Amino acid sequence: MATKKEETANKYVLGKIKDIAKRMYDTIRLQKKPEIEMPIRALSNVSYDDKEGYFKLLKSVKSRTLTASTIKTFAQTLRMMELSKQLVETDDIATKREAYYVSKNWGDARFREQPESDTVMDDIEAMMGVNREQIGFIPEEKGGAVAGELVVIDQDADSGKDLEIDCTKFGSGAYSIPSSVEHLRFKTKAKFILAIETSGMFERLNKHNYWKKANCILIAMGGVPTRACRRFIRKLADEQKLPVYVFCDGDFYGYFNIHRTLKVGSGNAAHINEFFCVPQAQYIGITPQDIIDYQLPTHPLKDVDIKRAKDALKNDPFVQHYTAWQKAAEQQIKMKARAEQQALAKHGLNFVIDKYLPEKLKNRKTWLP
Amino acid sequence: MAQKTAEELAQKQREISIAEFFEKNRHLLGFDNPRRALMTAVKEAVDNALDACEEARILPEINVELIQLGETRFRIVIEDNGPGIIKAQLPKIFAKLLYGSKFHKLAQTRGQQGIGISAAVLYGQLTTGKPATIMSKTGEGKKAIRMKLKINTQTNNPDVIEEEEVEWEEKDHGTRIEIDMEGAYLKGRQSVDEYLKETSVVNPHCTIIYTNPEANQMIFPRAAEQLPPEAREIKPHPYGVELGMLIKMLETTKASTLQQFLTDEFVRVGAGTAKEICANASLLPSTKTKNLNRDLMENLHKGIQNTKIIAPPTDCISPITADLLEKGLRKEINAEFYCSTTRPPAVYRGNPFIIEAALAYGGEQEGDSAVRILRFANRVPLLYQQGACAITNSIQATSWRLYGLQQSKNSLPVGPCTIVVHMSSVWVPFTSESKEALAHYPEIVKEVKLALQECGRKLASFVNKKRRISEESKKRGYIEKYIPHVADSLKSIVGLSEIQKKQVEDDLYAILEHTRGELEEIEMDNPDYDPELAQIGAEDETEEPMGDDSSPHKKGKKRKEELDEEKEGDENEDSFSDDDENDNPGDRQLKLS
Repeated sequence: MATKKEETANKYVLGKIKDIAKRMYDTIRLQKKPEIEMPIRALSNVSYDDKEGYFKLLKSVKSRTLTASTIKTFAQTLRMMELSKQLVETDDIATKREAYYVSKNWGDARFREQPESDTVMDDIEAMMGVNREQIGFIPEEKGGAVAGELVVIDQDADSGKDLEIDCTKFGSGAYSIPSSVEHLRFKTKAKFILAIETSGMFERLNKHNYWKKANCILIAMGGVPTRACRRFIRKLADEQKLPVYVFCDGDFYGYFNIHRTLKVGSGNAAHINEFFCVPQAQYIGITPQDIIDYQLPTHPLKDVDIKRAKDALKNDPFVQHYTAWQKAAEQQIKMKARAEQQALAKHGLNFVIDKYLPEKLKNRKTWLP
Repeated sequence: MAQKTAEELAQKQREISIAEFFEKNRHLLGFDNPRRALMTAVKEAVDNALDACEEARILPEINVELIQLGETRFRIVIEDNGPGIIKAQLPKIFAKLLYGSKFHKLAQTRGQQGIGISAAVLYGQLTTGKPATIMSKTGEGKKAIRMKLKINTQTNNPDVIEEEEVEWEEKDHGTRIEIDMEGAYLKGRQSVDEYLKETSVVNPHCTIIYTNPEANQMIFPRAAEQLPPEAREIKPHPYGVELGMLIKMLETTKASTLQQFLTDEFVRVGAGTAKEICANASLLPSTKTKNLNRDLMENLHKGIQNTKIIAPPTDCISPITADLLEKGLRKEINAEFYCSTTRPPAVYRGNPFIIEAALAYGGEQEGDSAVRILRFANRVPLLYQQGACAITNSIQATSWRLYGLQQSKNSLPVGPCTIVVHMSSVWVPFTSESKEALAHYPEIVKEVKLALQECGRKLASFVNKKRRISEESKKRGYIEKYIPHVADSLKSIVGLSEIQKKQVEDDLYAILEHTRGELEEIEMDNPDYDPELAQIGAEDETEEPMGDDSSPHKKGKKRKEELDEEKEGDENEDSFSDDDENDNPGDRQLKLS
């Protein structure tokens, strides 16, 4: 059962699909070569908008003209739009994998491998400026795990009645974020959200009911947060007006892949960053300074790590915007070392709960933007 | 062990006759296994017949017959319409090794040493104990002479077993030779069939009538009424003469002075050049040749090397010509592309030579095995020792990737291609007496490579064109394939009617086909192709040998023995020649429609 809001969204998507196809039809009837245009989705085509707090897409577009060499992609793009239209009309969804299998009915226009169909899907998404959930396609990936002072209000698929899910009642387990989160509503008394890089650290904090002590909501991102996870955190933070703190490994992957993507979005999904970012996120740990202050055991930086950092300093609009991050990156390059979240266990297994997190949360100066 | 004195040892030391030597080293002459022996014997006889006819300016017509006498015994009969041989010469020509007309002259002939046919007689004699029968007639109205000949292996002299004058009605002149010998008749790329076919292809002026042991007659008719230009004899070029040879020439010359010797005995040495050579050798041109001692002769040899002498004349060489080579290839192979080239004459060790090459690409040839190589020297096909030949090595050393064939380092290229190389020269340098592989003179390798590169460049442009066309036709295929999908999707999304959908399809065809122009097609256009000819020599080699009427069980056993023997033979022969047996002709069998 679609809500009112969703119905408007669906109408918009259907209109857009029809619009694109109609324009193509008109061009063909004039015996001209039709073109499709889509924004280039890369870091080089985004800028960081401080006011809005996310990566904004710039104007570079790539256009594809119908020729003998592009007709296959054209045919596949249109087939995929047709499928999307069906999905939206019937309020159904298909995973990326399912869409790939549906293509097997398309004769010569079928996809040989799933990456081919994923690319076409991304193209449509970018072309229409919507996210793929809106055009009926969902990723297989899990959104993330949630525990703490939170009640998620979902709907029963059959009856459409509200389902209240209490995230304090999963014991040592956790609530799993669904791939589509737009329809969820929340009730919470928590003071903040703690987004954690590794499931290992999440388990430790969950097992010792850290959320109860600190009155917070714990979310395990499990690496770079998925779109659903980002959207979930954003929605929750916006609606409940909660601050978001990010707790990652003390390395460049943690800073510029995980934290940056959560906070301002990515280059690849630049056309939808507006909805899939969490501008209020603050980075609380582990920072290069923490490695010194807490005398954490470290691993040496590999050449690829340093390359990643230098790359970010040079090309990432987010890093370029924040001097604090530039300083931190340079400091860490000089240290030639990185530290994992678990390195805190050097001072005792529950040092992170008893000392580290309380100290960090108290002292804003140790945070990074 | 007791020590032996020099005297004791001396009792065992004695002269070895050349015939004895070859009795033990038959592989040097190409008689190392029964199958190859049969081919070599036929080859030697046919080469001689062709040389004789051409020298006498007669259009050759040659009859070859193989008769199976027993399980492993054959009679070979070769009859020509040549000038015939006079009685006094017959025994020496056929039953004395190293006797011949061609060793001491430099001219483009097939035979060189004067070994071949006598070696075949010797082999027949060794394996069957029977003499060879020769019949020859030198002119109309004359009687023919028939002789049965053996070679005395101790003295290397002919033994005339029988001699008679007979009537030979059918022919005005000609020679017929019959040899009984051990052999094995198998088809395939190294067979008598293949040899005769390739011979006919590069000698279009001759007719060959061949009856194989299965009593099938194949006729390779004459395709040109013109004999190739007469092989002109040239004197040696000073650069090609080694010191020993020079000494021998000085000993036997009729010239009295050095000046006279140089101008008379060598090509390209006039009065001026002779004086220059003498000056460079610090000798007076008027020096008497008989007064020269060894040291002075050595000075003369050095003097020659230090003098600039123009290259030998090259009009004494008659190449097959690029056109004819290509035509021969067209008969044999149904391909998409042919090209050929004749190099300008070049010189190695004072001997002029010409390299020709031709290529056939694509068509019915298989693409996933090594290319097929056809080698020729002075119009004689070379079927064995492919791996040891300078031609093969030159092919390996050429970068075929540039020309559109696959190739791993230093090996034969892989692709649907046949490469033909022909060397013509007044003296073809073979690696051994069996005359199956060219020696690796850098000048020859260089010329072969240049010829291959010329062909390769033409091949590359064809291969590129073919690729462009295939890409183009793939794109067209795309258009055909995907237009319905575009139209159908638009219909479903926009909600078009069937008519509108049809219009979209038509418009799309118009838009996309409009810009593409005519599609060029590559077709096999080869009216010269002769599938029956191509099939000769392409049959499976492991086919049952003919005339074997023993039990099936025994047949299988025999065949295996024969193949083993062959394998051994090749191993002895030359470690490089592994290509010979690995090139299973069955693999490359042409697909005939």
